[in-house]
Amino acid sequence: MPSLYLWEALQRAHDEELANDDGVIIMGEDVGKAGGTYKATLGLWNKYGDQRVIDTPISEGSFTGIAVGASFLGMRPIVEIMSVNFAWLAMDQLMNTAAKVRYMSGGQLTAPIVMRSPGGTAHQLGAQHSARMEKVFMGIAGLRVVTPSTPDQAYGLLKSAVRCGDPVFINEHERMYNLRGEVPDGEHFHPLEGSRLAREGRDVTLFGYNISTWWCTEAAEFLSKEHGIECEVVDLFSLKPLDREGIARSVRKTHRVIIAEEAEAPVGVGSEVMAIINEECFWDLDAAPVRVSALDVPVPYNSGLEHAAIPTEKWVIDAVLKMFGRA
Amino acid sequence: MDDTLRLSLLKQMVYARRFEERCYEAYVERKIGGFLHLYPGQEACAVGVMTAARPGHDYVITGYRDHVHAIACGSEPKEVMAELFGKATGSSKGFGGSMHIFDTDKRFMGGYAIVGGPFPLAAGMAMALKHQGRDDTIAICFLGDAANNQGTFHETMNMAAVWDLPVLFVCENNLYGIGTSIERSTAVLDQYKRVQAYDIPSAVCDGQDIETVIAASQVAVDHVRNERKPYFLELKTYRFRGHSMSDGGKYRTKEEQAEWKKRDPIRILRDRLTASDALTDQSYKTMDREVMREIEEVVVPFAENSPEPDVADVAKYVLATGDPWVRGGSV
Repeated sequence: MPSLYLWEALQRAHDEELANDDGVIIMGEDVGKAGGTYKATLGLWNKYGDQRVIDTPISEGSFTGIAVGASFLGMRPIVEIMSVNFAWLAMDQLMNTAAKVRYMSGGQLTAPIVMRSPGGTAHQLGAQHSARMEKVFMGIAGLRVVTPSTPDQAYGLLKSAVRCGDPVFINEHERMYNLRGEVPDGEHFHPLEGSRLAREGRDVTLFGYNISTWWCTEAAEFLSKEHGIECEVVDLFSLKPLDREGIARSVRKTHRVIIAEEAEAPVGVGSEVMAIINEECFWDLDAAPVRVSALDVPVPYNSGLEHAAIPTEKWVIDAVLKMFGRA
Repeated sequence: MDDTLRLSLLKQMVYARRFEERCYEAYVERKIGGFLHLYPGQEACAVGVMTAARPGHDYVITGYRDHVHAIACGSEPKEVMAELFGKATGSSKGFGGSMHIFDTDKRFMGGYAIVGGPFPLAAGMAMALKHQGRDDTIAICFLGDAANNQGTFHETMNMAAVWDLPVLFVCENNLYGIGTSIERSTAVLDQYKRVQAYDIPSAVCDGQDIETVIAASQVAVDHVRNERKPYFLELKTYRFRGHSMSDGGKYRTKEEQAEWKKRDPIRILRDRLTASDALTDQSYKTMDREVMREIEEVVVPFAENSPEPDVADVAKYVLATGDPWVRGGSV
């Protein structure tokens, strides 16, 4: 089984989807001749040409709208937003048109676009290049939101997203493109809904997604080895919709919950997961659920300040130890 | 232009006028909810451009003042009215409302309520046409002058030009963005000049004389269809009613409104037909009565008597149903 970088997995999925359907196009800043900021489209401009892999001007709002308009007539555009921070500029077309057009047209018109974009903090990028915006996309009815934590997920989620009839936002991470992982040979697809049991455990469930899945698994290994605490890790690769059943299943098993997210806590994945737990399985809890989240500040530039604001696996470990009275 | 065509255009404009006036009444009667933006005064624009284009063949998109554009594309007026009444038989099955009329069978791709939003959507449809090699078809975007102050205007003009997209932008310049006049909001009053910055050919004409509109539209449509490149057409027009039903109208003088009433597109064509003896007061009244009778006897009763949407369907159109890729595909 080949081991690929996450960017290579995305590049392979792009390549296969471009080959599979002439209606698939890729649009974005530097996706073409330059090969993609994170190499997710490397070599595809040479292979498929200027009309399929389209370098856009820096006009996120309108090239997203153009992708949506093209999807009305059967195209399958994949829009790459170079950094999720710029996706704010594309929100109108994504939220007001792509996510709503099926509904407000009474099912006549659909906008099956894919928008991929990296978010997250990455080594002192400062306040305007470090956003974690998944909470915003999660609040939009009519949009699907998925977020890969492994190269194979990145590959399979992108493939399914391209073929799905709904608009899909894929939340990637700036620091994860060089993550290596096994991606089986042969075409395959990852479900857009559900959650993944990343590690079995009995004492506490750690919910993560994207990069925080790794904090959770690393924390779980450490806690098992050093403290004999067996953490279950659930990877919420689908943020919209969240896997209510999968969340409740694990809580019923472990009775304790920690949710780890790189974003600020308010109106976030953690608060949403807690609400689901309240609604589905409150009486199964043996302890109050805990969120591990970033401080509620714009991301600072200074390295020391940045580390003070953004969680790591250490924050997850500390939260678990505190929950078990061992801090 | 022969008088038979002129008479047909007159009837279409009278229909549009009477349809909108009836909407006003239904709104007052609370049969129509939400926001309602009416078209009287601007009829020559939608009817004229669609006379030069190919209704039902070319893809059309517009803003929220959209009833007449849908009808000009071939939508059944009774279905448009049913949509305003929120009925299951409406164009958008009662899920859209006045600002969101859709009729994809007629290639009317919707009314949208974010000012300037349709610019890139139209360009995107044109991009699809280009990609699919459908060289006999174009995209047409109708918007008002105030939309040109959105960023999407400039961004889209740039991309439409750099990528040679077959899209016609029709600017219905009615001189007001809601209640703010163009002089008070816009540095360049002649809207056709603004696309010259993007090397897009453009023209301007009187939007009240439908024959002028058709002549200018024919040039515009032919350019886009044959050259496969964008074109921008500005139509100078005026809306006789407020922006929406909540408009107090304090921003326009009575004198200005009276001046424009003299340039009523229906009046202009009617006088021309009367002068050429193709129409008498009597035959005009007969036409008008026929139109009103159809609206009263067919259009409104259809909307009134149609069923409400089933409340059980409230979540029906949020996402695709049974999409195999949600479960990871059919493999």
